[in-house]
Amino acid sequence: METLEQIKASLETSVPGVKLEIIPNESPSGQRSLLVDNAHGVAVAKFLRDDPQLRLDYCSNVTGVDWLDTVLKEKVKAKQLVEGVEKEVEQQIETKRAGYLEAVYHLYSMALKHGPVIIRLRTENRSDKNHLPSLTPVWRGAEFQEREIFDLYGVIFDGHPDLRRILMWDGYVDHPMRKDYVEPDDYDYEPTPHDEVLEKVKQRQPAEAKP
Amino acid sequence: MIDSTDQIVANHSPSLIQIPEVTPEPNYTVLPKTGSDGTMDGELLEVAMGPHHPSTHGVFRMDVVLDGEKVVKLKPVFGYLHRNHEKIAENTTYLGSMPYTDRLDYLCSMTNNWAYALSVEKLAGLQTPERAEYIRIITAELTRLVNHTCLVGFLLQDMGALGTPLMYAFRERELILDLFESLSGSRMMCNYMRFGGCRVDLPAGWLEQARQVVDNYSGFLDEFEKLLTENEILVARTQGVGVLSAELAIAASITGPMLRACGVNYDIRKVDKYGIYERFDFRVPLGDHGDVYDRYMIRLLEMRESVKILNQAFRDIPAGPIVDPKAKIRGFRPKAGEAYGRIEGPKGELGFYLISDGSPNPYRYRVRPPSLINLTVLEDMCLGEDVADVVINLGSVDIVLGEVDR
Repeated sequence: METLEQIKASLETSVPGVKLEIIPNESPSGQRSLLVDNAHGVAVAKFLRDDPQLRLDYCSNVTGVDWLDTVLKEKVKAKQLVEGVEKEVEQQIETKRAGYLEAVYHLYSMALKHGPVIIRLRTENRSDKNHLPSLTPVWRGAEFQEREIFDLYGVIFDGHPDLRRILMWDGYVDHPMRKDYVEPDDYDYEPTPHDEVLEKVKQRQPAEAKP
Repeated sequence: MIDSTDQIVANHSPSLIQIPEVTPEPNYTVLPKTGSDGTMDGELLEVAMGPHHPSTHGVFRMDVVLDGEKVVKLKPVFGYLHRNHEKIAENTTYLGSMPYTDRLDYLCSMTNNWAYALSVEKLAGLQTPERAEYIRIITAELTRLVNHTCLVGFLLQDMGALGTPLMYAFRERELILDLFESLSGSRMMCNYMRFGGCRVDLPAGWLEQARQVVDNYSGFLDEFEKLLTENEILVARTQGVGVLSAELAIAASITGPMLRACGVNYDIRKVDKYGIYERFDFRVPLGDHGDVYDRYMIRLLEMRESVKILNQAFRDIPAGPIVDPKAKIRGFRPKAGEAYGRIEGPKGELGFYLISDGSPNPYRYRVRPPSLINLTVLEDMCLGEDVADVVINLGSVDIVLGEVDR
């Protein structure tokens, strides 16, 4: 199978204007992935499926990831003049990274029996610009999984044939798999019939809630 | 208290008690059907099959639109058993969700354990000792026997063969569950695998017991096939029903026996050669019609191959350690990164996708559920067929709702 660099090079020649970036992976699995820009998502997917060298006809796993706003800290060694003498000083550079939602596709080839090739799509932010191109027209196996990402992460897939909630019920408002999701307090105040316990419960309540 | 009886009678006189007139809500809707020239052409019936339907294998609903007996639309509805397994796993340690993977597909806890352990081993770079690899293959193939045997029993139950095939299947399944119990302490919720190996070694005499069960299994399969394979009713109900083309199956990411019944040669045991499967000699049975009968037949043939694999494993299993000495139980923190590991589960490709940020909990934990994704083509298989065949099609997909809804 071609390496990720070769796939990137052949994509850049055959899909004009595409912006690609290889995302490194430090873990022993070594599964690196290819970040694709949203405007060319469908074109890249079609190329990966139809290219005779790759023929990634099987979209195995589609999943969402939520990345919150973070501050990345990086230590850089720089040479500085300290009291007239040049010394090496460690400096900490802080860069703010805006949060985004991500869809990750694991692609395999049933015809040529190789894989995985991992592609990622990222939204611009986590609130209003949460649109991604749907790859369901290319691989139908993504249908339920993209619906699940829409349901649990709140990513809107443009071009999905049937984008509805799948696991939560219709009318539910939040997206439970987001990292900043707050679980609701779904228990009510239920006094027991015992007098002592009832008194204790009343004492612990704020004044305005006391009956 | 004679004088009060008058009052009681008076209170219960019909003029005083007002019973509101309640008409029960119908569980179906009637839709008008227009013909090609725009005029009324009969009626369509919209029925909710499930969630409390004996043939949906749990709480699962299909909204079916019927034209007489024919299905014209079918939408599956999920989520009745949803408990956000992935969120719970992201809030606990890596090892903490190992027992919880048992509850995904509760018929096949051993393969669920293996898929999760395999992904974590990829993420953390752990090696499994040889004996543990053999034990994993033995337990996984026994699980495949359990799952396929049950599936055939359930499928026949859906077809109307009430009880008998299912009881034959459960009789054999119980023998294997006894083996699991003596190995792990639990019949179904085994929680047996660990990262880099297995939890405990085989108890004394376990291999002999297992060999006995597997030796008798071929005889049971012969008996099962004698009863079923050429049965006139089974053939009439299943052949040519729910036909799925190979192109659609690949495009819709169908995996497992359902894919191979369409004639696509894709078995992850052969493709990825995870574990030590390349040492074993076994064939991958393929169907060529893609109908329900092929799906039934593929499962029986796969069980015979599993028996072959098990016999080779019993012959070759070495002595030695069962867990990687580098694997830490306390303070297990894989390096930041991600990994996707997958195995050929009895129902299809079972994968786990993990992202680590260096903390004790996974940052992202994702299950790739084969049952859910295999349901993508349920509508395509059922369109134009009788409503009675919907339950057979669903039964041949082989779903477990614990995994579909997660």
